This record gives sequence, C-alpha cells and structure tokens, in this order.
Amino acid sequence: MQNVVISVNNLVKRFGNFIANDHLTFEVYQGEIFGFLGANGAGKTTALRILSGLSSPTSGEVVVAGFNAAREPEQIKRNIGYMSQKFSLYEDLTIRENIMLYGGIYGLKKDQIRKRTSELLRKLRFEGYADRLIGDLPLGVRQKLAFSVALLHEPKIVFLDEPTGGVDPVTRRQFWELIYEASAGGVTLFVTTHYMDEAEYCDRVCIMNEGKIVALDTPARLKETYHAHSVEEVFVKIARPTATHNPLHQMAGSSLTSLPGDSHLKRV
Amino acid sequence: MKRFLGFVKKEFIHIFRDFRTLIILFGIPVVQILLFGFVVSTEIKDAGIAFLDLSKDEISRKVIHKTVSSGFFSYSGELTSFREVDRIMKEGKAKAVVIFEPQFGEKFFREKSAAVSIIADGSEPNTATLITHYLTAIIQNYNQELTGSPAEEIVPVKAEVSMFYNPELKSHFMFVPGVITLILILICALMTSVTITREKEFGTMEVLLVSPLKPIQIILGKVTPYFLLSFINVILILLLSWLVFGLPVKGSVALLLAESMLYILMALSLGILISTVSKTMQQAIFISLVGLLLPTILLSGFIFPIENMHPVYHWVSSILPPRYFITIIKNIMIKGTGLGFVWKETLILAGMTLLFMLFSIRNFKTRLE
Amino acid sequence: MARTTSDIAVKPAIEASGVGKRFGPTRALHNISFSVEEGEIFGFIGPDGAGKSTLFRIITTLIAPDEGKIDVLGNDTVKDFRELRKVIGYMPGRFSLYQDLTVEENLSFYATVFGATIRENYELIRDIYSHIEPFKKRLAGKLSGGMKQKLALSCALIHKPRLLVLDEPTTGVDAVSRAEFWEMLKKLKQHGITIIASTPYMDEAMQCHRVALIQEGKILSVDTPEKIRAGFSRKLFSIRAPEKFRLITALKTFPETLSAYPFGDSVHVTFLNDTPVDSLADRLKKEGVNGAEIVETTPGIEDRFLELMEKPGEG
Repeated sequence: MQNVVISVNNLVKRFGNFIANDHLTFEVYQGEIFGFLGANGAGKTTALRILSGLSSPTSGEVVVAGFNAAREPEQIKRNIGYMSQKFSLYEDLTIRENIMLYGGIYGLKKDQIRKRTSELLRKLRFEGYADRLIGDLPLGVRQKLAFSVALLHEPKIVFLDEPTGGVDPVTRRQFWELIYEASAGGVTLFVTTHYMDEAEYCDRVCIMNEGKIVALDTPARLKETYHAHSVEEVFVKIARPTATHNPLHQMAGSSLTSLPGDSHLKRV
Repeated sequence: MKRFLGFVKKEFIHIFRDFRTLIILFGIPVVQILLFGFVVSTEIKDAGIAFLDLSKDEISRKVIHKTVSSGFFSYSGELTSFREVDRIMKEGKAKAVVIFEPQFGEKFFREKSAAVSIIADGSEPNTATLITHYLTAIIQNYNQELTGSPAEEIVPVKAEVSMFYNPELKSHFMFVPGVITLILILICALMTSVTITREKEFGTMEVLLVSPLKPIQIILGKVTPYFLLSFINVILILLLSWLVFGLPVKGSVALLLAESMLYILMALSLGILISTVSKTMQQAIFISLVGLLLPTILLSGFIFPIENMHPVYHWVSSILPPRYFITIIKNIMIKGTGLGFVWKETLILAGMTLLFMLFSIRNFKTRLE
Repeated sequence: MARTTSDIAVKPAIEASGVGKRFGPTRALHNISFSVEEGEIFGFIGPDGAGKSTLFRIITTLIAPDEGKIDVLGNDTVKDFRELRKVIGYMPGRFSLYQDLTVEENLSFYATVFGATIRENYELIRDIYSHIEPFKKRLAGKLSGGMKQKLALSCALIHKPRLLVLDEPTTGVDAVSRAEFWEMLKKLKQHGITIIASTPYMDEAMQCHRVALIQEGKILSVDTPEKIRAGFSRKLFSIRAPEKFRLITALKTFPETLSAYPFGDSVHVTFLNDTPVDSLADRLKKEGVNGAEIVETTPGIEDRFLELMEKPGEG
C-alpha cells in the first residue's frame, strides 16, 4: 500500500556471544513517524547504527532508502539526517555558522546554502538570532534548530534520538509540529527513545526488549491490546510481565488522572 | 572522631578497590626507580673511544692502556692524523677521541705541562660531558699514581663538584632523590586533587557538604590515607635503591624521613589547593601535570642543573618547592650532611606548606559556589 | 490559619519569601515564595533548567540566595546552615552513591558521616532497604537504576532527617520503580518527615499533597494537584484525525481557536466561546482534514501547565 523506505529482514547483530539484535524484521513507510522504544541496553542503539550505515549486520538484510546497509553504507549516510538530544550543533558557533557548516558537510552549493539558511531562519522566526552563539540559546530553541538543520540536505529519512527529552511542554509541542510537518512533506521520521511519552506521538511504535521486537503497532491499538492507559503502561506490562502486583495500576487507578498524553518532560 | 575514621576508611576502600590507583601508588615508583637505574642510566658503558697519539712514548701508551682497561670504554682504534678524527666520530664508531701532543712523556716529566686534548661528540652533550669527566678522572688517577700529587697542568678540564661526592660517577646517586621528589608530587598532589574533584563530579560532594561534616574533616579524611601511603612509598624507594643499586643513606635516616614528611604535607596541601580551583577531574589532572609535574622534572634541578639555567628559569625554579626538597635530600643522602646544612631549605619548605594549607582551607567552600 | 511564633506546631517546615538567584547574566530564580507544611509531600514540577535544582540547593544550604530568604524548620538557610545540615536528608539529582563501594558500605558510610548507625534507624528504612538488602555485598555501580534509587533514598534517610529533599528522584528510573518509589514516600509520612521532591514527570504531580509548577525560575502556581487541574479555565476538546499536521494547521487558521497543542495521537484544543461551532467537522473537511473525531476531555496537569505558560505573552 505504502512506499517502504526502511526494510529490515531477520537482522542479527552479534558481539561475541552477546546477541544485541535478535532476528529483527520490520518495515517503515514513507512519511511515517516510527517510534523505536526500549530500555537502555535493549538493542536500540545497535539497530540504529546499522540502519544509519555506521555498522554492518552480522546477518539478515537491511535496506534503507533503497540502499543495502551492508554494501552501500555511504549512500545511506548521504540520504539520511540525524539529530540527537545530546549532540547536534556546535555551541561555540553561531546559528548561521552551524547551518553553513552542515550545508557544507552535505555538499550543498553556496547559493543553495544561502537560500535554505534564510528560509530556515524565516520559518523558525530566528532571523533576529542568526548571529548568536548556540550556547547562549535556550534548550528548546536549539532542539528546533537542530532538527531543521538535520533536514537541510533534504534527506528521505531522519533519525531522531530522544528529541524532546528535557524540553518544556510548549516547546516540545512546537517541536512535534515540526516533525508532523516534515512527515506531511513525505520525510520519514525514525524516533528512538526510552521516554514512553514520546511514543504517544508516533504513528507506530516498535518495542524492543533484550534484543528482540516484542510489540509493533499503533499506540492506540497497543493500549487496547494490553488494556493500558498509556504506552508507558504497555511497556511496563511487556517488560515486566512477572510483576504480580503492579503498583502502577494502583497509581493510575487511585488517581484516575493518568490521562493519555499526560507525560513527563525529561530524561536521565 | 568516629565520623573522621569512617571517612578515612571509605578513602582506603576507594584506593584499594581501584586497580589503577594502586598501580599509580606502588607500581610507578618501583618502575621509575628501575627504569632510571637500568635503562635511562646516565652512566656510560662501552662508549667508543679512539686515540691519536702524536707522541707514542711510554707515558702516553700507559694512559691509553689505563683508559681502555677501565671498563667504561670500548676501544675504537688508533688514528694516524687529525683528518680521521672527524670521520670516526661521524661514523659513530667513537664518541670521543683523545689526542696526545708530541713529546707528551717528555713534557710531562720535564716541563710538568703535558697536554692531552679530549674531543667529544657534542651532539650528545650528556654523554660527552660524562666521557670528559671519566677521562679526566682516569688521567688524574694515573697522574697521582706517578707523582703522588695531583698534576693539574696535565688536566685542563676542571672536575665537577659532583664527582667529588660521587667518585665512581654512578648516576643512581643523581636520580634517586629526583625520583622521590617527583613521585611524592605525583601521588600527593595529583591523587588528592583527583579524589576530591571526583566527589564533585559524581555529586557525592553535595551530600557531604549537606552533612554535618566540617570542611577540615573532609580535607583531613581525604589526605590521611595518602599521607600514610606516600610515607610507605618513601621507605619503599629508599629500600629499593639500597637493595638494587647499593645506595646507602649517608646522613641521618630519621632526618631524611622527617624532611620527607614535611614535603609530603606540602604536596598534599598543593593537591587540595588544586582541587579547590578545579571543577572536574580532567582539570585537576591537567593542572597537576602541567603545573607541577613538568616544572618538577625540568626546573627543580632533577635533570638539568639549576646553575646552567637562564636567570628567568632560575627565578621560576626558586618558587618551586621540589627544588628545595631535592637539595635537602641530596645533602642528606649523598653528602651525609645534617640539619645544619639544610635548615634554610627546610624553613622555606615549611613556610610554603603553611601557606598552601592556609589557602586551601580558606578556599575549600562550605557551599557549592 | 493564623500563625504565632509560639505555636510551633503550625509553623511551616519551609517558608520561602522573595527568593532570587542569578548565575552571571541568567536569572535562575526570580521572586520565589511558597511555604511547605510539616509532614507534607510537596512537589516541584517543571522542565530542565526551570530552576528546581538551584532552589533545592538553596534549601539544603548548598548555595546562598542573592535575594530573599528561606527558613527551613525554623532556621535560616544561610545563617544557621550548621544546624540545618544535621536535620536534612538530601538526594541530589544524580544519585550520589560511591560506585566503588558496596551497598552496605555506602549505607554505613553515610550513617557515620551523619553520626548515626544503621541499627538505630533501621526501622525507618526497612521497607526500602529490604528490597536491596539481598545485594548488600554488590558494588553500588553494578545496581540497576531502580535499586540505586532505593539505596540513595536509604542513605538520605539513615540519620532520620526531619526534612527529606529529593531532587528528581525518579528521573532515569523505569516506570515500575517510579510507582514503587512514590508508595515508599507515602509510607514515610507516618514518621512525620516532611518531603519535597522535584520531578519533570507531570503525572507524578498526583502523588504529592501540593505541587508548585515552576518554569524559567518562576513559580506559575502552587496548589493541590486537583485544584491546579481544576484551574483550567476553559473546556478542552480532544480532536483526532489521520493527518495530524493538516489538522493542526487548519485549527490554527480558525479565528475561534485559542490554543491547539499536539497531545499524543490527538490535538488538545480550546475555543473562544468554549464550544466549537457545530460545523467544525465540516469546516475541517473543507480544509482537507478528513475523519476528524471531536470529543470533550478532562484537562490534565500538563494542559494547565500549558495554559499557565501561554499567559506571560507567549507567541
């Protein structure tokens, strides 16, 4: 039905005896916001590295943006964008310098860079800040900018690593609007996170546990299947199926306020 | 007191549970001593030496024989002309050439002014100086043998003072004091500053500050284990240099240990001072290495004699505590002098210690800011 | 409630008035005033950089405010810091444990530092410590996030403090441990310990007796979670459609739309007259938004937070 932009078939990644990714199979469609969830050490980062052409699979087939991850990692790198919460922009460069730098890295032409820079600044209403150092800007502004810079070379897929952790509620929503916009424009967004509330915003989520995919569906259907109020609850039920008495239920039940979407802002 | 002991116990756990700390504490001193003793030895053995004997008489032959049989040099041959001097040195076959003037023996007896010139390979200044010293000593010895009195006219090269105390020219004597000085700075200043900044970095300092512990208790708790371990280290190094290199302490061992304690205290207060101005372990390490370790190696007289330094370095050197400790320890260990000869240095060191301590206690904040 | 100085029982555990703090050009805290009653669980809720940690460091005597003052248990945080340091239990943002010490060594170290023993206060930490006691010989660095959190809490409680200060105790801890943690805190109430905790998790507000919403160094609101929620001034609608971006863009073009925020898989919207026009679905369709579902919904703490944040001239 839809255009497949990421296709993963029986992906296995081993480190010695340790199996970081155990036979992963899934597809991501064009324009989709795909959430990749898991606790630390569930195998998210390993899979992300393979998908972005930084590491090759032990076995299985991975095709990203039409290129094979094992054989054509360089082409993959050229066709994807990446934004992480931890590192994205150089704090000691100005907004303009950062944009120019990334434009240059992705081999855009001078006038192209200039044109897109002014477009970007206008869209984010950052014209007034263009020559300020990134380090002097509030976290929320940086996040939005980092995302826009990741889109600068018009990639088909953008990988987002915990994009909205630690951001205030208003900025975080503005950020999701940017993501929706990109998605509406046909860009595929691959969001890895261990903040369950970020999952609520995704079209589909894939939950990883101990190197395996344990669930993959839309947030609404997951909540239905697991009789849960939130993706977080789904996650707890999957990740800790043996917990006989689950205090989260008491918590949610007693307060009746764990509205879907009521969420946290932050991270480790 | 119970709080304090609890704190010290915790510090010891940190030290003994971390393999790297233990290596730095005990591995490095042993390795340094052995390294300096065997590998980086500033002693010469089997340096190539050639002779240009323009006299070829009994005396010159005997000097050559003495030199070659001394065991310090290997015989690279006799030359026939001045032109060959340059060649043999360039080829690297000889590090020095000894030239006897014509009628060497005759002049030696008659005019008492026979001359021998030593040409050494200046591209290796340390070796050249040493060879010169060795040769001078050998010729002087022979001179004494012959006449029963030093014949200075034969030996234009003046003997260095160090030779007087170090007649066999063993280089261990030079580096043991240096290594002790260096290691104590390394362990005390580096390790204390790192262990304190580590608590800042891991956030445990916040809880310690919120606790009823007083700053002085935290400081002493941090410093006590390192004081003890450093002291053990001094003893270890002295034992090692005595057992492996046969280097005895000529002066009073008690005085030497007391001076070491003073120096350890100085280094510890420096460490605390560093920790009060650094926010991260990385900063502390950087300040300790660049601010302390390098100057100690370069400017304290450990490797390069202070006398030969540019006046600016001379001045910089005079504010470095290690410089005074090296003087003290050399005096006690090698010359065997007592407190009477080192009281001035001791006083300077004590003054510096007091100053650093005052500063670091004042700088150690009871709050985070 | 009238308070007199002689009536110690009703004196608040924490009384902050006009507290301000700057770090260079940035204003970390601005005119912060609040009071915490004794025995209360009081929450500070706000994003990173809102000033929560700075405020907690002032309360725990670690830094001094530039303006205003805070009285904690009747002592000034600046003048009487020595007194306060005996009665405060503090758990900083990163669990301050010695990673190379075992569970037991950490606990007994903190006990000695505060002049207590594990035995005399074991009763207080039993519920919490019993979870990790089987691992007491394990190095703290080898514990899971949830276990580290329990150990850090045990360490902060081991001297039976009168005030427990928890800076983001549930950050980086899995959902189950988070819930367990709040249950433990509630049990501590019976020992009469006042607890203040900060959190970036909006849903945790419900676990506190009262909360302060904090943003950019200012307190937006202080009240019980229910009242804060009830403070939401308008009717809130949740609208869902397959094409989210089109939906938001369309809603924003309508003159009667006051706010429209993405909220999980839907959009939370408020309207000028509190009711969307009947033809809203049709109008959305005209804008190309198909299959929109519109329902009225109960506002949550986060909705209220967003509303409060809009007011000081956002956008």
